[in-house]
Amino acid sequence: MAVTRLTTNGLTGTKYDIASADNYYMEPIATNLLSSATATVTFSNIPQGYKHLQIRFISRNTVVGDQLGMQFNLDGGSNYARHELSGFGSSANSYASTSQIQIIGVGFEAYSSNAANIFGAGVIDILDYNNTNKYKTVRSFTGYDFNGGGGVGLVSGLWMNTAPITSITMNQQSSGNFAINTRFSLYGIKG
Amino acid sequence: MSKTATYALIESQVLASAISSITFSSIPATYTDLVIVMQAKCATADANISIQFNADTASNYSYTFLDGNGTSTFSSRGSNQTSGAIDNYGQIQQNFKSNDIINIFDYSNTTTNKTYISRANNAGTGVDAIVGLWRSTSAINSVKLICSGSRNFDIGSTFKLYGIQAGNA
Repeated sequence: MAVTRLTTNGLTGTKYDIASADNYYMEPIATNLLSSATATVTFSNIPQGYKHLQIRFISRNTVVGDQLGMQFNLDGGSNYARHELSGFGSSANSYASTSQIQIIGVGFEAYSSNAANIFGAGVIDILDYNNTNKYKTVRSFTGYDFNGGGGVGLVSGLWMNTAPITSITMNQQSSGNFAINTRFSLYGIKG
Repeated sequence: MSKTATYALIESQVLASAISSITFSSIPATYTDLVIVMQAKCATADANISIQFNADTASNYSYTFLDGNGTSTFSSRGSNQTSGAIDNYGQIQQNFKSNDIINIFDYSNTTTNKTYISRANNAGTGVDAIVGLWRSTSAINSVKLICSGSRNFDIGSTFKLYGIQAGNA
């Protein structure tokens, strides 16, 4: 759809009529759809031409009780922190972790004990991913429900590094694998 | 050469009269995820919004809440329900609009049961984060949003359905 209207707001700059503008601000970069159980999923050689990144996912674990983690640029040092606000059906909970080797619990996923073909899901935003003046901030909204159990969470994460993010690794915190049909899709958002 | 937008508007509904439910039907299967963005008021009194897929009214829905109402936090769940929950404290009201965003994942996947997450926000009542499950591996081709208690969405309420395409696997 072509841009059909452009208006000025009387100040410096231009106001766009978003309803009429081309909506190409979000572009797919890559998708990993698992055809077999896998311990890690990595997006490499991430292009640097966007403002933010977004990961949209559905995930299931091959064990019970593991958590979804995220690392950047293969950094396995204690350079990550996170906060979580979550509910698991009985009370609201809040957690914090510092000096971690990854952002733990960045996504909620279904377990091997849940009925077949149930997956957790979420949206993870990585803000200013290539800004060399900032540590990298992650924001996640995620949940899983298996009819009688499950949880929903809001997670914020931090990678204490000013390097541009060129790779993202999703993995399990402990011993599990991502189950077949788990999907991670990476998007770039222009700004 | 024209490009296909990754985040594309499929359908928009703006209510010209009060109505108890709205339906997005004949949803194309060409996207990976769906996103519903809505801003709604209730015509008469407070109401909650629920969701149904493919006109399924059987007990195939469940959900888990996380809520805050300015005084306390709360988490609960519903199992074997005839519809999925979109809000709780962040309900729609006669005087305050609720702003909700619903993400529905892998909606056209015929292997997975369907998971959605919803954020509901009402400045007058509270905020919610909800995860829901529709226990069906059918591709979603219709989505119905329902105002509870036989109440109606008010004139001017807006509902927009977007599709998000994934990159190549």
